[in-house]
Amino acid sequence: MNKLTLFGLCIVGFFIIIAVFAPMIAPYNPGQIDIENILTAPSGSHIFGTDSLGRDLFSRMVYGTRISLMVGFIAVGIAAMIGIALGAIAGYYGKWIGAVIMRFIDVMLCFPTFFLILAVIALLEPSIINIMIIIGATSWMGIARLIRAEIISLKERDFIYAERAIGASDLRIIVRHLIPNAMAPVLVSITLGIAGAILVESSLSFLGIGVQPPTPSWGNILSEGKAVMGAGWWMMLFPGLAIFITVLGYNLLGEGIREKLLR
Amino acid sequence: MGKYILKRIIGLIGLLLGITIITFAVIHIAPGKPTDLEAQFNPKVSMEARERIAHLYGLDKPLHVQYIEWLKRFARFDFGISFMDSRPVAQKILERIPITLTIELVSIILILLIGIPIGVTSAVKEGSFYDRFMTVFVFIGFAVPTFWLSLILMDFIGVRWGALPISGIKSLEFEKFGNFEKIIDVSRHLVLPVFVSAFGGLAGISRYMRSSMLHVLKQDYIRTARAKGLAEKEVLYKHALKNAFLPVVTILGLSVPGLIGGSVIFESIFSIPGMGRLFYESVMARDYPVIMGVLVIGAILTLLGNLLADISYAAVDPRIKLEG
Amino acid sequence: MKNIYKIRAAFKKAAFLFIILFLLGFTPDYGDTIVTGSIGEPRTLVPILASDSSSGAICGLIFNGLVKYDKDLNVTGDLAERWDISQDGLEITFYLRKGVKWHDGEPFTSKDVEFTYKSLIDPKVRTPYSGDFQMVKNLEAIDDYTLKVYYKEPFSPGLASWGMNIMPAHLLEKEDLNAAKFSRNPIGTGPYKFKLWKTGERLELVSNHDYFEGRPYIDRYIYRIIPDTATLFLELRAQAVDYTSLTPIQFKRQTETEFFKKNFQRFNFPSFGYTYLGYNLNDPKFKDVNVRRAINYAINKEEIIKGVLLGLGRVSTGPFIPESWAYNKDVKPMEYNPQKARELLKDSGWQDQDRDGILEKDGMKFSFTVITNQGNDERRMTLEIIQRRLREVGIEVKIKIIEWSAFVSEFINKKRFEAVLLGWGLSLDPDMYDIWHSSKTKEGEFNFVGYSNKEVDRLLLEGRRTFNQEERKKIYHRIHEILYEDQPYLFLFVPDALPILNSRFKGIEVAANGIGYNFIKWWVPRSEQRYTR
Repeated sequence: MNKLTLFGLCIVGFFIIIAVFAPMIAPYNPGQIDIENILTAPSGSHIFGTDSLGRDLFSRMVYGTRISLMVGFIAVGIAAMIGIALGAIAGYYGKWIGAVIMRFIDVMLCFPTFFLILAVIALLEPSIINIMIIIGATSWMGIARLIRAEIISLKERDFIYAERAIGASDLRIIVRHLIPNAMAPVLVSITLGIAGAILVESSLSFLGIGVQPPTPSWGNILSEGKAVMGAGWWMMLFPGLAIFITVLGYNLLGEGIREKLLR
Repeated sequence: MGKYILKRIIGLIGLLLGITIITFAVIHIAPGKPTDLEAQFNPKVSMEARERIAHLYGLDKPLHVQYIEWLKRFARFDFGISFMDSRPVAQKILERIPITLTIELVSIILILLIGIPIGVTSAVKEGSFYDRFMTVFVFIGFAVPTFWLSLILMDFIGVRWGALPISGIKSLEFEKFGNFEKIIDVSRHLVLPVFVSAFGGLAGISRYMRSSMLHVLKQDYIRTARAKGLAEKEVLYKHALKNAFLPVVTILGLSVPGLIGGSVIFESIFSIPGMGRLFYESVMARDYPVIMGVLVIGAILTLLGNLLADISYAAVDPRIKLEG
Repeated sequence: MKNIYKIRAAFKKAAFLFIILFLLGFTPDYGDTIVTGSIGEPRTLVPILASDSSSGAICGLIFNGLVKYDKDLNVTGDLAERWDISQDGLEITFYLRKGVKWHDGEPFTSKDVEFTYKSLIDPKVRTPYSGDFQMVKNLEAIDDYTLKVYYKEPFSPGLASWGMNIMPAHLLEKEDLNAAKFSRNPIGTGPYKFKLWKTGERLELVSNHDYFEGRPYIDRYIYRIIPDTATLFLELRAQAVDYTSLTPIQFKRQTETEFFKKNFQRFNFPSFGYTYLGYNLNDPKFKDVNVRRAINYAINKEEIIKGVLLGLGRVSTGPFIPESWAYNKDVKPMEYNPQKARELLKDSGWQDQDRDGILEKDGMKFSFTVITNQGNDERRMTLEIIQRRLREVGIEVKIKIIEWSAFVSEFINKKRFEAVLLGWGLSLDPDMYDIWHSSKTKEGEFNFVGYSNKEVDRLLLEGRRTFNQEERKKIYHRIHEILYEDQPYLFLFVPDALPILNSRFKGIEVAANGIGYNFIKWWVPRSEQRYTR
C-alpha cells in the first residue's frame, strides 16, 4: 500500500482510538472549572494548558475527539443513507422517477452547500443532532450520482437476470446484490465526507452556531481560542492541529482507496 | 450547438423553479420572526409597537400566499425590501456581488494556474517524492481551517511584519488616491483573502487533474504516440494534456458553489463586504427577503458557471450531446 | 552689579516664555481623526427608528435631544436652554436654544420638535420608542423657540425622555420615515456631520465647525466595521483602530505589554446595565421565595466576577446601577453560604432520597434548564459556573443557548422557560414600571418572570408621578429593598465597560457618566496627529 495512504490510515485509527478510550485517556474531567488557573500555559499538570474557565485543555480535546468524530460519522452516515436510497431508486427504476430524482440532485447542487447549512442551523437551533442531520441532508448528492451510475451498469449483468429469473423481489435485488457491489466508489466519498463534516463543524463554531459549549468539540475550542488570541496560543494551536491532521488523514486515506479502485 | 444551448436554457427554468421552492421552504422552517431582532428586547418597545411592525411587513398572511407573491415579484426582478434597513434587496446584493465575484474569479484563476501544473507534473512523476510532497501540500490547504490560517497570516504578515493590511478592502484614505494607487491599494488588501481562498481550492483541481492525466496516460493512443517515436514532451503536451484537461472543465463548474459558500468565513475574518457576509448577517437577523435573494442569486451564479463549463466542454469535444 | 539685573531680566523673560509654551502645550489643537472599531454596523440613521447600539452611537454624534445627561448623571440642557415644570407636574415648558442650525444651514426651531413628537406617536412609523411619548396629551409650539408639553398624568421620566434625538422637519415631513433616503444620509444639529457610508466597511463623519457648544477638536470620526473580534484586536494592535471595547481577557491578559502601555490608554468603569438570572415565577419549583433565596446563597458571585470578568465588575443587589441615586447602598448582598442554601432547601421540602446527588420533592427532581442567548461569551461562562455551584447543593442545571430571534419570540414571549440568564441595559432614569409592574406580563412585555407585589406596584406608580428627587430616591430605595428580599431575579453583577483608546488622545476624564460625555473636547497634540486632512 502507498506510504501516504498508510499514513492516513494511521492518523484515522489513532483518533478513533482516542475517541473510544477517552475516559481512560483524559486526566481530568473536561468540565472541571478552576477559577484559579484561567488560561495557564502548558505545564506538567496541564500538558495542553487550560482554557478561559481553567479547564484542562487536553481532557477537553480528548472528549472533543469523540464529538467531532461522531458528528463526522453520523452526518456522513445520514448522507450515505439518503444518497444510496435515492441513487438506487433512480438507477434501478430509471425513467420518470429517475429523472425527477436527478433533477432534484441538480437543483440541490446549485446551492452553495454551506449557505444552506448555515441558514437551517441558524434558523432552527444549533444542537448536535440538527448539525448532523443538516450536514447529511446537504451532502448526499455525490453519493447518489455514483450509486446510480454503478447500478445502471450493474443491473444489466447476468447475475441480476438470474436473480430475477428465480423471482427475487426488486427490493431484495437492490439491497442484497446491487448496492453492495456499487459501494466501492462510495467508500471514497464517505471517507472524504467525514473530513468535510469536521471542517464544516469548525466553520459553524466560528460563526457561533456549531456544537454549543460546555460540550467540547474541536471547532468550538478553536473558536474560543480565537477570542483569546494573544493570551493563550495553546487554545488555537492544539485544536487547529487536531482538525488539520485528522482532515489530512482522511483525505490521504480516501485518495488511497480511490487509487486502489482504479487499478 | 445553438440547439444545445437552447435546450440547456430551457432546462434551467425548471431548475430555477426548484431553487425558489427549496429556498422558500428553508426560510420557513424556522421559528421566530424578524420583528424580534428589530425590537432588540428593548424595554422601551411595547407590544402594540411590535404588532404594528409585523403587520407592516406582511408577515401575518398564510405561507403559500407569501410564496406566490414573492415569486411574482421575483420574476419581475423585484426582490423585495430588506427587513433590516428597508433598502431594496436587489441593491444590497448588487453592492456586494462585485467584490465576492472578484475574489472568486482571482481565486479560480490562481487555482487553475497553480493547480493544473501541479496535477500534471504529479501525474508524470507518479510515485516520486515530488508527487507525494505535492499531495500533502495541496491537502494541507484543504485541511487547515480557513479562519485559523487567516488569523495566523494576519498576525504574522499584517501585525508583526506590517507588510500587508489586515482587513477590509480599502485604506482609510482611499478616496484621495489616484486611480493607479487605488488599484494597488485594493490589490494589497486582497492578497491574503485570495491566497486563503485559493489555497483551500487547490486540492480539488490538482488531484482531479492528476487522476485525469494518469487515466489518459494509460490510454492506447498515448502508447501509440510513444511507439511512433514522438518526443516525450510532444506526447505529453500535445496529446495527453488536451484530453486530460476536458474533465477538469466540469469540475470548475462544481467548485463555484464551494467558493461562494466558503466566502462566509473569510469575508467575516477579513471584514470584506461581500455576499457571504451579507448572507450570514441576514440569517442571524431573519431578514427573509435578503436570505432568499442571496440563496437564489448564489444558485443562479452556480447555474451560470455550470452552463459556461458545459458549453465550453461541448464546444471542445464534438462527441458530447445532451444527456437524457 | 548691572549683570545681576541683566540676568534677572533674562530669567524673567525665560520664565515668561516658559509659561507661554507650557500653556500652549495644554491648549488643545484642532485636527486629526479618530478611528473607532466595531463589530456591528448601524441599521439606519433615522434616530427614532434605530434600536441597535451601532446606530445609536452614530446618531448620538449627529443629532441632539432637548436634554442630555452631564458627567454627574444629572439632566442638563442640550437643544433646550432651560425648562419649567409646572407644580402639578402636568406641563413642561421648554425654552429652546436660539441660533442653532441644521447641518444644511436651516435654522432649528420648535417645529422640528413638534415634527419629531408627531413621528414618535405615529402608528405607521416603525419606532420602538413610542411608549414614553404616549403619556403626552398634547404638544404646543408657542413660538419658534418655546414649546409646551402637556402630560396626561404626572410623569417624572418624561423630562429625561426628551433626550430623544430631534429630527429636521423641513427635510422629513413629506417623507415616509420608514423608507427615507435620509437613513443613509442624515442631517442633524450635532457636533459631527455625516460624510459617507460604505456599507459593510465604514462610516465617516466630519466635525461641525458651527456646533453650538463649540467646534469639536477632532476633525474626523471614522467608524470601521470589523465583524470579527480577533481581527478587531489585531487592527488595534496594528494601530489601525484607535478606539474600541475590550473583553475582560483582552483587558487583563492581552494589553499588559510595554507596547500597549506606551501606545494606549485603558479605562474601566461600571457599565449601565446588570446581568441576572430570572426565574419563571409561575413554575412550581420557583414559587417558594426560600428556594430562590437558597439559590442566592448557593452561588458565589465573587467567583463569577473573578472567573468570567477577571475582577472587572461589581456585585449587584438590585435593578439599578451602583452609581445611580436610586441604588440603595444599605441593601447588603447575601454571602456565599452553600450550607445555608442546603438548609433552606431542606426546610422547603427538598430532599435527596435516592442518594443520586440531586434533590427531589413530591416525586419531582430539582432539575431545570437555563436559557440564554447565543453570542455572549460572558453569559455562557457565567452559566457554566452557576451550573457547577448548584450541583454542589443538589440542583441540576442544564444549559441551553438559543439564537436571539428565536430566544425572544419562542421562549421569552411565550414564557416557555424555567430560568433565563440575561442582562438589562438601563436608561439613566430609574423608572422600571415596564419590567416590574404586575400588569406588564402579557406576551411580549417585560415582566416575563411574572412578578407581582402590591407594594412594589404602588411604589412604581408613585415613582413615576413624583418629581422631587429626594422623594423618588426613598421610593426606589424601598423598591430595591423589596426586590432583593423577594429575589424574582438572582441579581448577579454589573460588568465594567472596558474602552481602550490610543494614547495620543487627551482630555478624557472618567466620570459617573463614563468617558464619552465630553467627546467634543478630546484632542490630539499637533505633533502626535496621525491623520492630516
